[in-house]
Amino acid sequence: MNNVLGDKKAVVVLLGPALLVYTLAMLVPVFWSLGYTFLSGNAITGFTFAGLSNFEKLFSDPAVGEALWFTVRYAVVITAGQVLLGYFLSLLYVFALKRGSSLIRTLVFFPVVLPTVAVALLFQKMFEIAPQNGLVNSALNVFGMGSIDWLGDGSRAFWVIVIMDLWRSMGFYAVLLYTGLVDIPEDILESARLDGAQGLRLIRHIVLPLSLPVLLSSIIFSINGTLKVFDSIVALTNGGPGSATTPLTLHMFRTSFTYGDYGYGSTVALLLTILCLIVTLFIFRSSRRDLTKD
Amino acid sequence: MTAPATLRERTATTPSAPPRRTPRIKVLKRLPVQLLVALLLIVEIYPLVWLFMGSFKTQDEFLNSPVWTLPQNFSFDNYTEAWTTGNLATYVGNSLIATIPSLFLIVLFGVAAGFALEVLVWKGRNAVLLTFLAGIMVPGQMILLPLFSAYFQVGLTGTLWPLIITYTATGLPLTVFMMATYFRAVPREVFEAATLDGASMIRAFFSIGFPMVRNAVFTVALVQFFFIWNDLLIALTFTNNAQLNTIQVGLLNFTGEFGAVQYGPLFAAICINVFGTLVLYLFLNQRVMKGLAGGAVKG
Repeated sequence: MNNVLGDKKAVVVLLGPALLVYTLAMLVPVFWSLGYTFLSGNAITGFTFAGLSNFEKLFSDPAVGEALWFTVRYAVVITAGQVLLGYFLSLLYVFALKRGSSLIRTLVFFPVVLPTVAVALLFQKMFEIAPQNGLVNSALNVFGMGSIDWLGDGSRAFWVIVIMDLWRSMGFYAVLLYTGLVDIPEDILESARLDGAQGLRLIRHIVLPLSLPVLLSSIIFSINGTLKVFDSIVALTNGGPGSATTPLTLHMFRTSFTYGDYGYGSTVALLLTILCLIVTLFIFRSSRRDLTKD
Repeated sequence: MTAPATLRERTATTPSAPPRRTPRIKVLKRLPVQLLVALLLIVEIYPLVWLFMGSFKTQDEFLNSPVWTLPQNFSFDNYTEAWTTGNLATYVGNSLIATIPSLFLIVLFGVAAGFALEVLVWKGRNAVLLTFLAGIMVPGQMILLPLFSAYFQVGLTGTLWPLIITYTATGLPLTVFMMATYFRAVPREVFEAATLDGASMIRAFFSIGFPMVRNAVFTVALVQFFFIWNDLLIALTFTNNAQLNTIQVGLLNFTGEFGAVQYGPLFAAICINVFGTLVLYLFLNQRVMKGLAGGAVKG
């Protein structure tokens, strides 16, 4: 019967369109972009061969260093926050709220589907100081504290971004981890409890090891997403004040479209891509080793 | 810090817990959890309520009343102003024109490819599947510049085609991969039987394969809808003309239309965006949650 399922014409007709679009608009551009890293100029002014100068620039450019440092800091803080908050929420759903958690899950998930730009503008207004105090500063005033210029200072702006992105995404990780937790067989939990494991010990020795795979995919997913962060930061701080909250993605966008330097922009994009690949492979590998050890 | 309370709570209500506990202690034990849930709900919902209230306030109320006061009257002036003067109508229109064809193409091409890669048997299909899979990890920034050049040279700039093509291409990897996973569960005999009845494999796909994964298709389409509708990067890159802006780009530039401090219309514009999405979510929330979670684990 395999010859029926091996219908070559069907393969071409069914796979053809997808493969064509994917190749022309994803694969070719990826390699094309690699080619750009050896050029300078842009599509409108024309290109000149630049050899390895884009790479030399990449390693000596303080703006790249700053953007890379911001991206890494952001990725680490947000990933830790997303996974920890998400895990805590999912434990709350499964062990404290149980069957009744459906409504809470739905409500906490709310912000996940909201447009990032809209959420960022909302937070901008909430943390505003001038011309009118936002929600946060007004609350501070009520408690007798002075208003704080949240978005006017680089390190404070960083924490506003963190708060916003955690607010936006914790419901998502909670649901993701929740699906992992409900898969844990009830009889394993029961027998552990009979053996005297309660509370934190139950979590540490039974629940945590059993939910390790889904925790891991959450971490990979989270890091992959946070390294590519763009929308929320562009809309909330637009990389400012100065360039204090500029991630690699935004730096690449500015280099390419504000300064019209495609060659260098592609080099920054390549750095970002390599970063994503390394992190994914690294976590994937270390996880495999640990899992086989267990 | 609250975790121990939560866990003790769990044991207090399980059947295996010692029966000596009185109901009153149970109620007390439940208190931390309830406080926690209340706090959680306030944190999640109050910003949205505040946004909603703000969308009805006048400029005077914004500047002279405390931020948590209710609006004096519920007039829709801010909404009309945002919708017409703020060009929100145009932006929503553009978003629809870009999103609907992209979704249609992603679903049609993606499901067909998933079928060809999972159900049909041929050499090299695993390699092709892996190629699609690799696309999930590539950041959008990597393909922006070549695409920008290509669209410029072909003369597509100034239309919404660049968005439709780019969304389709970037939506395919996840869709193909998820559909291939769904088709794994469909027994091959179904298609073999169809061919015995004289249907070609292409016919079998359209009249049997596609309908069989209808639910999965719906989930995938929904997930892709939220990705595309909420996208900023691609829309920002390929729409340099204000007449072509999608809703997200329009919203980003919105303050420019009124000057930075026109609060009412800005709040109304954010509100239209947020609550439009929320209504859709409320109708379809179980599916959205499952779909996003499913897509994530596999991605």
